[in-house]
Amino acid sequence: MAGDPKLPEQDALLAATLLAVNPAGLNGASIRALSGPDRDAFTEALKCLLPDTAAWVKVPVTIGFDRLLGGLDFAATVAAGSPVFATGLLEAANGGVLNLAMAERLAESTAAVINQAIDRGEIRIERDGVTLTRATSFLVVALDEGLEPEEQLNPAMKDRLAFEIGSEALAECRGAALGLSRVDVVRARQRLAAVTVGGESIEQLVAVALAFGIDSVRAELFAIEAARAAAALAGRQTVTQDDAALAARLVYSTRATRMPAEESDSTPAPAEQEPPADEPGAERQSGDTMPDEVMVDAVRAALPKDLLDMLAGNARPPRASSGGRSKSRTRSKRRGRPVGVRPSYDLGASRLNILATLKAAAPWQTLRRQEQDLEARRIALRKEDLHVTRYEDNVETSTIFVVDASGSQAAQRLAEVKGAIELLLNDCYVRRDQVALIAFRGDSAETLLPPTRALARVKRSLSALPGGGATPLAAGLDAARDMAVSVARLGRVPAIVVLTDGRGNVARDGTTGADVADEDAIKAARLLRAEGLRTLLVDTSRRPRPRARRLAAEMGGEYVPLPFADAAAISASVQRSVA
Amino acid sequence: MFPFSAIVGQDDMKHALMIAAVDRSIGGVLLFGDRGTGKSTAIRALASLLPKMRAVVGCPYSCDPEKYQCDTSHCGVTRRKSKLYPVPVVDLPLGVTEDRVVGALDIEKALVQGQKSFDPGLLARANRGFLYIDEVNLLEDHIVDLLLDVAASGENLVEREGLSVRHPARFVLVGSGNPEEGELRPQLLDRFGLAVEVSTSTDVKGRVEVIKRRDAYERDPEAFGKKWSRADGKLRRRIVKARERIEAVDVSDDMLAKAAEICMALETDGSRGELTLIRAARAHAALDGDAAVTIDHLRDVAPMALSHRLRRNPLDESSASARVQRVLEAEL
Repeated sequence: MAGDPKLPEQDALLAATLLAVNPAGLNGASIRALSGPDRDAFTEALKCLLPDTAAWVKVPVTIGFDRLLGGLDFAATVAAGSPVFATGLLEAANGGVLNLAMAERLAESTAAVINQAIDRGEIRIERDGVTLTRATSFLVVALDEGLEPEEQLNPAMKDRLAFEIGSEALAECRGAALGLSRVDVVRARQRLAAVTVGGESIEQLVAVALAFGIDSVRAELFAIEAARAAAALAGRQTVTQDDAALAARLVYSTRATRMPAEESDSTPAPAEQEPPADEPGAERQSGDTMPDEVMVDAVRAALPKDLLDMLAGNARPPRASSGGRSKSRTRSKRRGRPVGVRPSYDLGASRLNILATLKAAAPWQTLRRQEQDLEARRIALRKEDLHVTRYEDNVETSTIFVVDASGSQAAQRLAEVKGAIELLLNDCYVRRDQVALIAFRGDSAETLLPPTRALARVKRSLSALPGGGATPLAAGLDAARDMAVSVARLGRVPAIVVLTDGRGNVARDGTTGADVADEDAIKAARLLRAEGLRTLLVDTSRRPRPRARRLAAEMGGEYVPLPFADAAAISASVQRSVA
Repeated sequence: MFPFSAIVGQDDMKHALMIAAVDRSIGGVLLFGDRGTGKSTAIRALASLLPKMRAVVGCPYSCDPEKYQCDTSHCGVTRRKSKLYPVPVVDLPLGVTEDRVVGALDIEKALVQGQKSFDPGLLARANRGFLYIDEVNLLEDHIVDLLLDVAASGENLVEREGLSVRHPARFVLVGSGNPEEGELRPQLLDRFGLAVEVSTSTDVKGRVEVIKRRDAYERDPEAFGKKWSRADGKLRRRIVKARERIEAVDVSDDMLAKAAEICMALETDGSRGELTLIRAARAHAALDGDAAVTIDHLRDVAPMALSHRLRRNPLDESSASARVQRVLEAEL
């Protein structure tokens, strides 16, 4: 008989092992990496560790509720002559893995249904005349292939999965041997229920979570469950300091929103994560349980690089966009808001509404059976019975404001521009648009805010926007194009509003000079048109200039001179260019 | 089921749920806040605190034998049998289809027996009870449309597939959600009597206690439930007593005037805010065993009764309850 197994050294493999030992306590992992051998190696490792009977259910990103939750089985119902229910994927994954492909594009409503199943350990089905409750418990492996910060897994789902594994962590495992087997996992699972967590370990894990600014109690619960799994693997009855440190490292390192105390005072807290007022209070309260240094260092050492940059203030918080983000709705005949059913002789790409179809057929059954001499139970269906669900798409707009904050915009002018944008924001609120803000001055353009619906934040970053410096107009337009393209990729309709006097003097390569800069700006404007983007140029110069008008024409957008336009007029133009 | 009394802290949330349990006419509770704060836990736990109710045996709408009755055969006869039933707390899961919400043609009977009969939906089951919507802000729009009408009228009218059915559907809406994941339509917001913003505690002791109790519950739910059953029983008796007392709680003209002033200062739309404020203050007084509504009662319940009725100002960052607090300080 072998001794207790040695835990893998690589965090990704370690996470896989803990998931296999304690699936109910850890829920799963999101893997943020492109498809490739590294990612496959991880899923293979997990497969090797799970019981060989465990289901591995792949969920395509376009899945509908009928397949996810289950619903009437059309063919079987017709054959049997009475409703037959088909099991959905959530139930099929019971005891195994729910593998979400392209998870960053998962519709919010789909994610919400999966989240509910995770929370409850069962699914409640109220569909197509069927009422059912089925127990189901599964590990979620969400393959997030998002590249841009705004393309990522539904934040509510991410919060419900213990681990987030990035491509760096996956790369570390290249060629690594797992070092333990299914047998070890089975043994650990048997021990798991008996593993206890001391009060001190719990206090430590909570204190460390607070020190890193982690808000959700779920993170702490995951850390505790991960520590228990680690202890069970090692054959221990109680969670030790090492187990807790390991768990903190795996669970907290991807969730940190700030660095622990000492140097964090000068770092501005990521907006909206916590009200700044209660931060010092929180630290004072935690005075009696100082977070353990060893554990804090363990987490700190494991922080992924991009998160580290963000916490150090070198980059804008990628999570800032978590508010109201990712309403990715694809435009097809099968998505959107169902607005009723209609008879259809030709299904095409539409979704058959089974219930409506059966209802249409029901009254004729006696007659048709007599006519056709069918066996009694079979349902006689005809083409004219077919009904499909009608969907109405509701496509959201993201308005991208591109603001010229250069010196040629005299201070007073910039204030007027800010005022105009604020008024426009009110419209955006009414339409529930998302808004993004890009400013350009000096030698580059900067994304002040990724698309968000938190308009108060737009107002805040707008009022904090300083003016002065050269005019890198081309860079501003390029930044807008990049953002617009990624917005469109998420299924929303981007609209770009450029506020400038059109006098660029910094070229794309950073050199100054009005001629080159102009040429570059025109090129950038043409690219906007080439992408088919909706644009509006608000000329902010004191007297309207042909240059700005030409730029608007090159963009293929509308042109509004600010001096003659009150906010209402601009608003109307935005409406026109967006509608 | 995690016991209600074992929930650590979150006093506002628990208080609002108790008030809604005392006076149904207040119209339910909306819990809005951070992820993982135990919103859904609290709502599901509420069910076990509610005293049982008498209903006609076999009636799909749980009609009260003393009061309004539906037109099904169970209620139509003169000698009705009735029994004590637990108050229904009906869960409206995401992904629900329209036919299961409002009720529809019984497809099995239609196919197999060729009979046209009505298969009641979730609204029927929720009559006289609570309709609970987890992640209410993620509910699909067409389902929300169905709820809005019924929640206001207390009656479900089904006109589909050749059926014409009308049945009572008086339920209290209880919802939970995370505003970061999508906003709620103002019309739906208005259907909730009380709204509470729930946030995570940042104090180590509180969070440690949350985790310890969770852990204890998950290890042995039964023993945990037993341990807290006395505390739950106490709360249940408090609700029963408050229900008996509430009619006698005095609301002076002074208090009515104060309530009106608060609502005017906050510019809430319509009179629903005022009415809810008074009713909630009365239920609060009844729970505390007080004979009359005082300024303190008004002050306690004003944030939960009014914060979701303020006109939204997209550019004002301060939270709604902070705005209510400001007005309270000025007015009281």
